Amino acid sequence: MKSTGKVIGIVSNLVTVQTFGPVAENELCFIDLAGTRLLAEVIKVNGDRASVQVFESTRGLRNGDAVEFEGKMLEASLGPGLLSSVYDGLQNDLRTMEGVFLKRGEYTDPLDHEKLWEYKPLASVGDKVVAADWLGEVKEGWLPHKIMVPFTFKGEYTVKSLIGPGSYNVDTVVAVLTDESGEDVPVTMVQKWPVKIAIKGYKEKPRPDKIMRTGVRVFDTFNPIAEGGTGFIPGPFGCGKTVLQHAIAKQGEADIIVMAACGERANEVVEIFTEFPELIDPYTGRKLMERTTIICNTSNMPVAAREASVYTAMTICEYYRAMGLRCLLLADSTSRWAQALREMSNRMEELPGADAFPVDLSAIISNFYSRAGMVVLNNGQTGAVTFIGTVSPAGGNLKEPVTESTKKAARCFYALEQNRADQKRYPAVNPIDSYSKYLEYPEIQAYLEKNVGEGWVEEVAEAKNLVRRGKEANDQINILGDDGVPMSYHERFWKSELIDFILLQQDAFDPIDCNAPMERQKYMMDIVLGICRRDFSFDGYEQCREYFKNLINILRQMNYNEFHGEKFEQYREELLKTLAQNGN
Amino acid sequence: MATKAFQKTYTQLDAITKATISLTAKGVSNDELAVVHGKLAQVVKTKGDVATLQVFAGTEGIPTNAEVAFLGNPPTLKVSDALSGRFFNAYGHPIDGGPEVEGEERQIGGPSVNPYKRRQPSQLIPTGIAGIDLNNTLVSGQKIPFFADPDQPYNQVMADVALRADVDKIILGGMGLSNDDYLFFKHQFEGAGALEKIVSFVNTTEEPPVERLLIPDMALAAAEYFAVDKNEKVLVLLTDMTLYADALSIVSNRMDQIPSKDSMPGSLYSDLAKIYEKAVQLPAGGSITIIAVTTLNDGDITHAIPDNTGYITEGQLFLRADTDTGKVIVDPFRSLSRLKQLVQGKKTREDHSQVMNASVRLYADAQNAKTKLENGFDLSDYDLRCLDYAKDYAVRLLSIDVNITIDEMLDTAWELFAKYFTQAETGIKQVFIDKYWPK
Repeated sequence: MKSTGKVIGIVSNLVTVQTFGPVAENELCFIDLAGTRLLAEVIKVNGDRASVQVFESTRGLRNGDAVEFEGKMLEASLGPGLLSSVYDGLQNDLRTMEGVFLKRGEYTDPLDHEKLWEYKPLASVGDKVVAADWLGEVKEGWLPHKIMVPFTFKGEYTVKSLIGPGSYNVDTVVAVLTDESGEDVPVTMVQKWPVKIAIKGYKEKPRPDKIMRTGVRVFDTFNPIAEGGTGFIPGPFGCGKTVLQHAIAKQGEADIIVMAACGERANEVVEIFTEFPELIDPYTGRKLMERTTIICNTSNMPVAAREASVYTAMTICEYYRAMGLRCLLLADSTSRWAQALREMSNRMEELPGADAFPVDLSAIISNFYSRAGMVVLNNGQTGAVTFIGTVSPAGGNLKEPVTESTKKAARCFYALEQNRADQKRYPAVNPIDSYSKYLEYPEIQAYLEKNVGEGWVEEVAEAKNLVRRGKEANDQINILGDDGVPMSYHERFWKSELIDFILLQQDAFDPIDCNAPMERQKYMMDIVLGICRRDFSFDGYEQCREYFKNLINILRQMNYNEFHGEKFEQYREELLKTLAQNGN
Repeated sequence: MATKAFQKTYTQLDAITKATISLTAKGVSNDELAVVHGKLAQVVKTKGDVATLQVFAGTEGIPTNAEVAFLGNPPTLKVSDALSGRFFNAYGHPIDGGPEVEGEERQIGGPSVNPYKRRQPSQLIPTGIAGIDLNNTLVSGQKIPFFADPDQPYNQVMADVALRADVDKIILGGMGLSNDDYLFFKHQFEGAGALEKIVSFVNTTEEPPVERLLIPDMALAAAEYFAVDKNEKVLVLLTDMTLYADALSIVSNRMDQIPSKDSMPGSLYSDLAKIYEKAVQLPAGGSITIIAVTTLNDGDITHAIPDNTGYITEGQLFLRADTDTGKVIVDPFRSLSRLKQLVQGKKTREDHSQVMNASVRLYADAQNAKTKLENGFDLSDYDLRCLDYAKDYAVRLLSIDVNITIDEMLDTAWELFAKYFTQAETGIKQVFIDKYWPK
């Protein structure tokens, strides 16, 4: 028996409902607006008053309008067909909606129920299984999509019957399981899971022990993110957050990419689904769109669904992780989500925390980041969810609640800097303030030494140190003047410029430079450090500057040309000649 | 305002603030309009039987026994081709002495375009101003504001851009325009003989500030009519969005909402995004491009209004006075068009993006040289060349009084490179240097 209620107060999308019967925190309800059913979620209950946030515009809603509670929380539908989809924050399929404009109360099914999938069983009759164990498999694009024992199942089950290989739609019963009390339960290819709760169903969550390659040097070389790791990119507007995130989405070494456009520009989403179907995944050679799911709640879409969008995206990632896949979740921007929380908290007249954000903001953020991670599944295989969020700090000031709360939760910090962006030094990641905690993990260090090259970790540290010393030298030059400092200061400064221009900066719009494989990153690092370790002799700072500018120009041309191609080798020759003229 | 037969009327107010009134009323719907003591008002909150309304024209003179008549619908605009060439106030009533416009009555502030149904913007909007076309190229379907101090000639630049842009309709949304600026736009449009393709919604400083809240939605409802129904290319000009945001903060303050940064409402980002995100490239060919003005307080872009705007819009055009040359320039560092790569080198010459980056980088070097000079250090030969280049670059390319084609802009840039720098100093790809370096 569903509880009912009626509207007794409206402020924008916060509606107060007088309830008749029990309601649960985060329970969904529908508000009837002259025949249009508006979805809403309970966010606070006080006596018989429930405060609900409506996922739609409340224009025209009246006090007295009827409310029907659903007895369940916001759930994601999980099954084959999630990939290549474009969903809104509530997982409505935006592709199947009618008309150019979004209509209130129009909800579409996330999965195609007609489509047939080539299925084969993986379990056997009589097997003892628990939640998240694999029962069968379909091919979703090129990926093996496992059909699992639903995550909501508690205790141990026995496989009673299994359907044979064949083509079936998602609603086909593929297995019947018997629970501990002897009752039979059917399992289809679709299961539902409440998005605000983390999917467990794995054996353990060890520390990450590999890095996830992105082809972006400021990440892979300087501050690598672990597979199953967490990172965040704060930065003022116009510093290249979006370009950097798209580069990672295109080049990130993952089986699945879920992009949550959370309160951001619609044209950025359009860019993804215009370009991704054409672009090729550098690791598999397949179309990028085949491994990508887009969750989009753009800034003009209902505010309350912004919060739902990041949770829906995370739930889809956790689902694929349980299949032993490596997932990358990109959320742009978590600040918009925090602002949505602030708007609701404000309308409920809660006592505000810093900058009027709700006081539990920090707990909400760290709880969300903790859902990422590498896991060992029940069958011993591993899966991972790597999470990178962007943060849009008000006024570009990193001392604000969202940035500070995120810094406590995320292990990698990629600080975008206005100053570098003004100088068009892209990606504008500050090389000194940014960090990756994973570089300190012995497991990751061992992985890098083995897979990139011996001594790599020290090389990275050396390069970072050179950048730091170069900055100090530059500060001195700016204080004392070009003539007021010893020659060695100029040399030190220009060596750091060399690292900046050749290793830190990268042209995201150049077809070759945009994606540097690890081998190439290592090769260029060796060349650049080789130059930095040399001692040069110059007749004055002007000569020093000219010499290094020339070196930078040659090395840039190398970055722009095919690795070890004809042009690349020509520039390398030229570099060797130039180096032979000075220094040893 | 004419009253209708079925409307509910009340005559007992519970509370009055400078911007809102509250009364006990039954069956009120959210966002519904009402006439309070002859003034238009809109429901912003209901709690039990108490409804709170924002009164657009201000509550001065409203007595506690004022007559309140609910109209049963949110604000609307009558749309038809007859809108063209007309001037309206914030309520959509003519202010040019002409007759009321007949047409289909549509709610303003309507639903959003399904993001999946959008198309990627790809049409270049040339303006002749190199600070825009060369460094921050505009694309149809884009939304971009001018960030400018109140003393910058932003309205003039915006009028120039609008009249030079190749579009079917121009919709002006003027918020808190001074009467002089209103007449300036009127004369510019009339002088250009372009009046028939322009629709204006104007709230001047003489009118109550809260009325401004209706202007962007009115202008965009008209824009959607031409872009969606008529498949036209529409350019919407919104000036000044800072005054719009100020009106938002007045209303939220009167409703006792907890302010966030800079005493702006916590929903400022969403409020502004709802307007700017109406910019769209539609599948059937129509488009809405929004060029807005956000005035700054002494160049401070960290204030909540420009800050939130910057996160919503696809870049910003930053105007400032260049003290070295006496020109008003489009600042190449602080300005940005996020969509420029969709047309640069695709709809324009192949060397566009490299030339743009090199010219800005060299201009940055000139700024460093200037700092050295100000700190009393000796300048190197390179520094001196940078400084000379910067002056030429500011006058011939960055200044807002430039009006040339994009090819001419690129040629001018190459000419300046060759005049002041070696090929290696520009750092441009060799293939382009071989092709375009002046012989």
